[in-house]
Amino acid sequence: MAAKATVPRKTRNPDLIRGVGKYSRSKMYHKRGLWAIKAKNGGVFPRHDARPAAETALVKPPKFYPADDVKKPLVNKHKPKPTKLRASITPGTVLIILAGRFKGKRVVFLKQLSSGLLLVTGPFKINGVPLRRVNQSYVIGTSTKVDFSGVNVDKFDDKYFAKAVEKKKKKGEGEFFEAEKEEKNVLPHEKKDDQKSVDTLLIKSIETVPDLKTYLAARFSLRSGMKPHELVF
Amino acid sequence: MPFKRYVEIGRVALVNYGEDYGKLVVIVDVIDQNRALVDAPDMVRSQMNFKRLSLTDIKIDIKRVPKKKELLAAMEAADVKKKWESSSWGRKLIVQKRRASLNDFDRFKLMLAKIKRAGLVKSELAKMKKQSA
Repeated sequence: MAAKATVPRKTRNPDLIRGVGKYSRSKMYHKRGLWAIKAKNGGVFPRHDARPAAETALVKPPKFYPADDVKKPLVNKHKPKPTKLRASITPGTVLIILAGRFKGKRVVFLKQLSSGLLLVTGPFKINGVPLRRVNQSYVIGTSTKVDFSGVNVDKFDDKYFAKAVEKKKKKGEGEFFEAEKEEKNVLPHEKKDDQKSVDTLLIKSIETVPDLKTYLAARFSLRSGMKPHELVF
Repeated sequence: MPFKRYVEIGRVALVNYGEDYGKLVVIVDVIDQNRALVDAPDMVRSQMNFKRLSLTDIKIDIKRVPKKKELLAAMEAADVKKKWESSSWGRKLIVQKRRASLNDFDRFKLMLAKIKRAGLVKSELAKMKKQSA
């Protein structure tokens, strides 16, 4: 029988306690209107014959049966969710980076990228941290916020930070080493301009708050007597 | 050295252990050798072991087991809050709380201020040494 998608109906027979309904079989017969259905159909219940099954295409027996039963891995349709951003981290928050080359540096948060990583900038002129991606787990969010109005970071995404594809080199030994040295250190001009465009507005809002610039230039460290679990950030 | 702070009806005490840690309460009745009935404006009247209380110098004038309204009125009349916050013990606690609630940025500004102050003191000292030398 084809079942239409109906809204689940409240039962006509409420439970007195689990397993015992309020109405008896005969009362329920009446409540459900089965007498009316019978009357409409001439004294018997309407009969629905099975629908003729749709014609299935003829399946040919396979030509090849594998000798061993190989187990197929189970289907996994699990899609990883985007990393949840901590409520304390909003655009313009000052973060403390805890690991890597810039550990201890205080940095301004710009936005969360689609991969879940956080896009941050020093600003570069203040503490030498460029536009960079950082994992949320390696970051302490402080409650200090920088005025973020007017800063546009829409053009940055994970593709911006992908490594440039290197051309395949022939394996001649002498040429190999020389060629490597030349290509290493050039940072493209667009990246420098992007850095400047983001930083100028930020630096303006940072300079309005006294001591904030020196704060961002200094590194964070634990001193004697500082207990991280008791510190308020 | 006789005792100066006695357990009596109306003695204000500071709770030093338990859920109500840090609250100022008034001893409203003595239950037995170890426990007192204790009340404060923002809590339900309850019993507390004396070991959980640190007596203060402040005492208010109330009868044994006053009604909450009378207790509040007596506390207002004696101005317990102001006396506490101007006492050195009370001031110390306020400073401790403020220090604990400092932001990372606040701690940085504090460090700068300390360095600045130390610099001023040293320069004055150097001047005075120069004069006397």
